[in-house]
Amino acid sequence: MRQHCNNRAFGDVIWGTTDVKDREAEWADLMRLAIAGDQAAYQRLLLALAPWLRAIARRGLARWGDADAEDVVQETLLAIHLKRHTWDADRPIGPWLRAITRNKLIDNLRRRGGRIDVSIDGMEDFLAAADEKPPVETRDVEPYVNELPERQRDVVQCILTEEISIRETAVRLKISEGAVRVALHRGLATVARSYKRDMT
Amino acid sequence: MKTDKLIHAITADNATRSVSVERWLAMVIFPGIVISAILFALMLGPRSDIVRVSGEFSFLFKFVVTLTLALTATLLACRLARPGADTKLAALALLAAPVILGLAVLAEFTAVEPAMRASKLVGTTWLSCVTFIPILSVPILAATLIALRHGAPTRPALTGAVAGLIAGGFGATIYAAYCIEDSPFFLATWYTLAIVGVATVGGLIGARLLRW
Repeated sequence: MRQHCNNRAFGDVIWGTTDVKDREAEWADLMRLAIAGDQAAYQRLLLALAPWLRAIARRGLARWGDADAEDVVQETLLAIHLKRHTWDADRPIGPWLRAITRNKLIDNLRRRGGRIDVSIDGMEDFLAAADEKPPVETRDVEPYVNELPERQRDVVQCILTEEISIRETAVRLKISEGAVRVALHRGLATVARSYKRDMT
Repeated sequence: MKTDKLIHAITADNATRSVSVERWLAMVIFPGIVISAILFALMLGPRSDIVRVSGEFSFLFKFVVTLTLALTATLLACRLARPGADTKLAALALLAAPVILGLAVLAEFTAVEPAMRASKLVGTTWLSCVTFIPILSVPILAATLIALRHGAPTRPALTGAVAGLIAGGFGATIYAAYCIEDSPFFLATWYTLAIVGVATVGGLIGARLLRW
């Protein structure tokens, strides 16, 4: 047992990069499963990505604090979702994730008039350390949701605020599941755009 | 809003399938080209001796250059629309059209007497060229930008400029059916000017339109 622990510590030092590659490969597998329809895999992926995004966002927006950093986390998760068809499933997922994260971070800094001091050029930066501190709540998204067209608003409120499933939402609103899915997708796209708006 | 709630909502949206940029381009560029072709038929029409020259190398060469530009630019745009994708090879391929044209210019330079070179460069229809190539490019530029919005270009202005090269390339291809100037000097000067103009407009519009 002791021998095993020593070897493991040794491995972490020498083969730290293997850890990074493993994680990247695991995320790519989860994403492929998600795209094939595995909702549970998608949730696992997003829950795994969030702490990493949080670490990058908190570093990049250190001047502004955790709520603003959480804005970036949410905006990036939405972008990853809405643009996931731009990932070539035959290629590594790391560069794709890095490019999207970088893009959203720079966007955010630019909007706040901050210095663009983003250093996620290497995978080591991106996968350096997850931020395990609990996420904070961001500003209220209610106003943006209330602006949505009625169908989208109802659906987004059910699924986002009350966290019920698509089927339950369809039953409650007396519309088809297909209609719920369309409304949810459009609602999410609109919410994603709302991050760019006045944030003071 | 708590991030966990957002993750729940995103997960619920897992079943949504999105169409790739490549598919979008294939779907909208052809209608764009057709609209340009209709505009062409209404405004210009093919040159009167087109049947006679359609076998001649100097006539066909124009199409080779413009189509090569349009197609290599399309490949590059597809790469640019995917975050983190490697663009080096596609960017290199973009040089094909200028290189082919450059070689033709050199060949023409040695073949044509010095006295004739200037008149071949200026031609008689340069104004029509720099006017109509951009006009014919407009429907295709619109179509290309619409398609690229479905991607995630991390460099919107550059991607818009490449969209302009696509539009300019196809627009010039259509125009070439009317154009009576077949000299590579003319091509290298006026077609380039017109296409660079379209690329500039594409870059300016893309900087706004291609953000996500």
